[in-house]
Amino acid sequence: MTQIIFITADEQEHVLEADSGSLMELAVANNIAGIDGDCGGVCSCATCHVHIAPEDKARVGEASEIEADMLELAENVTENSRLCCQIAISDKLEGIRVTVAEG
Amino acid sequence: MSGNTCVIVGASHGGVNCAFELRKQGFDGDIVLIDKDPQLPYHRPPLSKAFLLGGDPTALQPLKAQSAYAQSDIDLKLGVEVESLDVSAKQVVTSEGAIDYDSVVLATGATPFIPPISGLSEAKNSFVLRDANDATDILAAVQNTENTINHVVVVGAGYIGLEAAASLSKLGAKVTVVEREQRILQRVASEPLSTFMTHKHKANGIEIVCQKTVSAVKTSEANQLVVLDDGTELKADMIIVGVGVRVNTELAQASGIETLPQGIVVDAHMKTSISNIYAVGDCTVFPHPTLGDKCHIESVQNAVGQARIVAQTITGKVSTYDEQPWFWSDQFDAKLQSVGLPKDADNILVREEGDNALSVWHFDGEALVCVEAINAPKAYVLGGRWIAKKVLIDKEKLTDVNVAIKDCVL
Ligand SMILES: Cc1cc2nc3c(=O)[nH]c(=O)nc-3n(C[C@H](O)[C@H](O)[C@H](O)COP(=O)(O)OP(=O)(O)OC[C@H]3O[C@@H](n4cnc5c(N)ncnc54)[C@H](O)[C@@H]3O)c2cc1C
Ligand code: FES
Repeated sequence: MTQIIFITADEQEHVLEADSGSLMELAVANNIAGIDGDCGGVCSCATCHVHIAPEDKARVGEASEIEADMLELAENVTENSRLCCQIAISDKLEGIRVTVAEG
Repeated sequence: MSGNTCVIVGASHGGVNCAFELRKQGFDGDIVLIDKDPQLPYHRPPLSKAFLLGGDPTALQPLKAQSAYAQSDIDLKLGVEVESLDVSAKQVVTSEGAIDYDSVVLATGATPFIPPISGLSEAKNSFVLRDANDATDILAAVQNTENTINHVVVVGAGYIGLEAAASLSKLGAKVTVVEREQRILQRVASEPLSTFMTHKHKANGIEIVCQKTVSAVKTSEANQLVVLDDGTELKADMIIVGVGVRVNTELAQASGIETLPQGIVVDAHMKTSISNIYAVGDCTVFPHPTLGDKCHIESVQNAVGQARIVAQTITGKVSTYDEQPWFWSDQFDAKLQSVGLPKDADNILVREEGDNALSVWHFDGEALVCVEAINAPKAYVLGGRWIAKKVLIDKEKLTDVNVAIKDCVL
């Protein structure tokens, strides 16, 4: 099981666990406020926007070109932004901190 | 607002989003969310795509976690059918008794249309594709080792038919798509997009037959044939019927709410002709500031967007539904995204980017009204922004792929 820490707009920390699926699916399964996942995770809606903690970015990796383009639909985009349906859970993500973007 | 009950009929993209949005908007009355489908509400778009390809009949993707409903104090009643609305007694009559309401949201969606084709109702392995049950049945037929599905005929080349064709072909079937119109996606997409997708399907081994109708299905012990109007006979171990839907207007109609053949008539705040009764999603006909006064759109965005508006209306805010529609479809390696509707465009421009990407730009005079993009998310994203902001575009630059899209603003 990989542990992922989601931080919501109310500054609550939610420590979640999974060993497969995407970060978006994990968030929806645990009612993380602000992650809607309207398109079901096919990088078409930008309702799964998060900020990855800077120290965890290297482990999470870069957005694909499509994702980077789609991110432009989101608000409050920073260099730490990702669409979390595009991040697959694996042990290399153990303990990463992910903040739900506002907007 | 306590002692205030909102009953939502239909718990899919429209109804579920309406329920949660009501809470977000501060609605503190009771919310009863009813669906005759027994499954925890799920995403529909994957049914023709990832769900079929994934092969796991239990892998429906829930819209919300089961616990989310209780957490937001939403009374989710699954496997319960709404039989009628008693407008004078203000009651929703269900298969399990009557519920008093203060407001009702109809999010009843649509039902696949089954054309009157001789032999179709007795055909083996003949399916429509709208809900989890349909998708699970298709999957079971594909996985049935005693009766291998070699040949599939898809009737109707709309998005759902084509997505099912792509998925079943990836699973190894020889697929033929039969379309009555001149080209695939004729009702919903431009000609350049149709042409691109036709090539895409053909390159992946799918046969596309346009301007032909199915006149009969002949089923015998030995085989099953789909017969076209020119006499052609196509082997069909499985038939997928994807010729469009009929909107579920019965409840509304029976209670005297104004309806049209395309749906339940609502205003820009999602109010029907009877007070305290609203409608959202695939079941509506609605006015839109740029698209016309009798719009009907079948998409996730439309259902979610209207759900947001109705929740605001019910909680006493005045908001108007004016979102630009957007849509996506995934077929093979083609990621299709569109924003706006091709309606009223008097000219279109095509921007080709390499041999596996293009965008189609629709203009009404100088105004950009719609962008259809295949593997071209930049075109989709910028196009959407420009439509909303009414940005004028240098059409000459736009068709020159050496000029970046963002530099095509006038
Ligand atoms: C296979 C498939 C693929 C799709 N792909 C895409 C896509 O890629 N992108 C996209 O944007 N859109 C896609 N769509 C369209 C999208 O799913 C619909 O637009 C969306 O589901 C509409 O939501 P809705 O809530 O308005 O209606 P529906 O999803 O049709 O839900 C209506 C619900 O009401 C219930 N209901 C109706 N009458 C009653 C009653 N009397 N009592 C109780 N319950 C009742 C039904 O059981 C149903 O669950 C796809 C649809 C399908 C079927
Ligand atoms: S869920 Fe739609 S883009 Fe991530």
